[in-house]
Amino acid sequence: MERPLTEHLRKDGQALSIEEYENAGGYQGLRKALQMTPAEVIEEVKASNLRGRGGAGFPTAMKWGACPAGPDVRKPKYVISNSDEMEPGTFKDRLLMQANPHQLLEGLIISGYAIDAQIGYLFLRWAYAGSAKSLKGAVREAYEKGYLGRNILGSGFSMDVKMHTSAGRYICGEETALLNALEGVRPIPRSRPPFPAQCGLWGRPTVVNNAETLSNVPHIIRNGAAWYKSLSLSTDGGTKMYGVSGRVKKPGVWELPMGTTIRELLEEHAEGMRDGYKLRGIIPGGASTDFLTEAHLDVKMDFDSMQKVGSRLGTGTMIILDNSTCPVGLVLNLERFFARESCGWCTPCREGLPWIVKILEAIEEGRGEPGDLDTLEWHTQALGPGKTYCVHAPGAVEPLQSALKYFREDFEQHIKEKKCPWKDRTGKN
Amino acid sequence: MWIGERIMLTDEERRAVEKEVTDCECPESASVEALQAVQRYRGWISDEAIRDVAPFVGMSPEKLDGVATFYSFIFRRPVGRHVIFLCDSVTCYVMGHENILEHLSQRLGIGIGETTPDSRFTLLPASCVGMCDHAPAMMIDEDLYGDLDGAKIDELLEKYP
Ligand SMILES: Cc1cc2nc3c(=O)[nH]c(=O)nc-3n(C[C@H](O)[C@H](O)[C@H](O)COP(=O)(O)O)c2cc1C
Ligand code: SF4
Ligand code: FES
Repeated sequence: MERPLTEHLRKDGQALSIEEYENAGGYQGLRKALQMTPAEVIEEVKASNLRGRGGAGFPTAMKWGACPAGPDVRKPKYVISNSDEMEPGTFKDRLLMQANPHQLLEGLIISGYAIDAQIGYLFLRWAYAGSAKSLKGAVREAYEKGYLGRNILGSGFSMDVKMHTSAGRYICGEETALLNALEGVRPIPRSRPPFPAQCGLWGRPTVVNNAETLSNVPHIIRNGAAWYKSLSLSTDGGTKMYGVSGRVKKPGVWELPMGTTIRELLEEHAEGMRDGYKLRGIIPGGASTDFLTEAHLDVKMDFDSMQKVGSRLGTGTMIILDNSTCPVGLVLNLERFFARESCGWCTPCREGLPWIVKILEAIEEGRGEPGDLDTLEWHTQALGPGKTYCVHAPGAVEPLQSALKYFREDFEQHIKEKKCPWKDRTGKN
Repeated sequence: MWIGERIMLTDEERRAVEKEVTDCECPESASVEALQAVQRYRGWISDEAIRDVAPFVGMSPEKLDGVATFYSFIFRRPVGRHVIFLCDSVTCYVMGHENILEHLSQRLGIGIGETTPDSRFTLLPASCVGMCDHAPAMMIDEDLYGDLDGAKIDELLEKYP
């Protein structure tokens, strides 16, 4: 099985140097891209069915194609690697950035060439000092070798790369908040339209892609769209960085064909549940995706299959709920996170999430009332899609709405017995 | 605040801030980096620091404060010599974050948001630090640690005098 993103990683976890990366075929994709026209590059990526790995699964080539081109467009244009990775339960981009920084950089340069961008940004989260170090080194090496800067490899195309290290807020990963963060102002999301592709950083056309998405691009250009599609077990192209965390025997992150089933991930790669624990629920793609259950074990982890069963692939890193953990407590934990990380710009999100937290706290502490579940249901509507500036709020109510469906009895038991049934069992919340 | 009392940036701090500003596309866009640079010297960002950095990034102090107060990693109150960021997000919750918190609180004699009387440690909550496969996890200053238990924590704390 081919694993283009990770097969050349060093055993010791250190970053691949530029020589090691080149020996593994690195920067061949860029050389090839520079022989093609930007339109041909976009066409190849389109044919590969690459979809965004940042959570929403938007077709990458479509985003690039939406960027206006031609001599009348205001410059500089920008490409940005969204390397903020703050979705709870997600730990995939860290590995790619830290261990294979040139792959991301090459992807960023090729995408820059595709939309004729003059400046690329690496938007990094504060907690990843190791990734920052790897990427800084890689940028320096790439300049020295002529992969960055003026007249890249004699092609006439020039691009610079800058790095920004954020200071720790989840919302900075939302692509329009990210633009405000880069501009140095308070990073609240912007309303759309206009979309960043038309009017982004300082009003210029801007493409924002997830770090994993960009890491795929060099391989697509080097080996072609047909090869890329053949890696996948579904209609979406390529491989995916999947992760599993929670009470499993071997939590971790693996590159596997897109469309690998939940069962394979859980049972083969994570080696099943730890002894004495039973599976109760699965949050498939980071904190803002709907719960699934044992009934969904054979569902493929790809964008369309996940949507069909009422959830989302999200970031592809799943969190396991086991039978020793109270589902109400877990959802309370998630909603506290979302309430704390709300940017506070729009009322439903700023006021609604703390309200949800209050009700869940009451239920968990044995002060719940029969009408509470209806109030929670109401909130899942009031904070749903289209009610807020960004999808922070709709994302926040996804695990809540599905928990109310799959773990309703647990909620009701809390309210009826006026206590959390898990408290006496394990001494844990 | 009397003008006479005004604490200005030191030469070193000023050079650090100016470097950030020249590296950025426009002064304003250096705001977060400039605050981080000054915080590296002072440990935290006081009202005076906001006022002193603001002109370098071409912002009013109020606007810069709007940026500073937004971020979890810009401290607007004094912190200890080392800051412990304990992840309290979902996987760490499942894997026993509560026990880790209890252990830390007992060892240090402080709760979340507090600083030890000797100013050695401040304990703060953090959203997922991207170590979920090694939950429960935390950061001390800029170092990530996972697979925590009481013994490992005791050992780690010794590394931060
Ligand atoms: C609250 C919030 C947080 C987000 N955080 C991230 C993030 O940390 N990393 C990321 O790549 N995308 C994040 N996104 C998604 C981005 O807005 C955007 O869709 C993504 O970067 C696009 O890249 P892609 O098309 O390659 O997936 C977040 C979205 C929201 C609403
Ligand atoms: S939905 Fe929440 S996070 Fe998004 S803009 Fe509104 S208040 Fe901010
Ligand atoms: S949830 Fe704690 S490190 Fe991710």
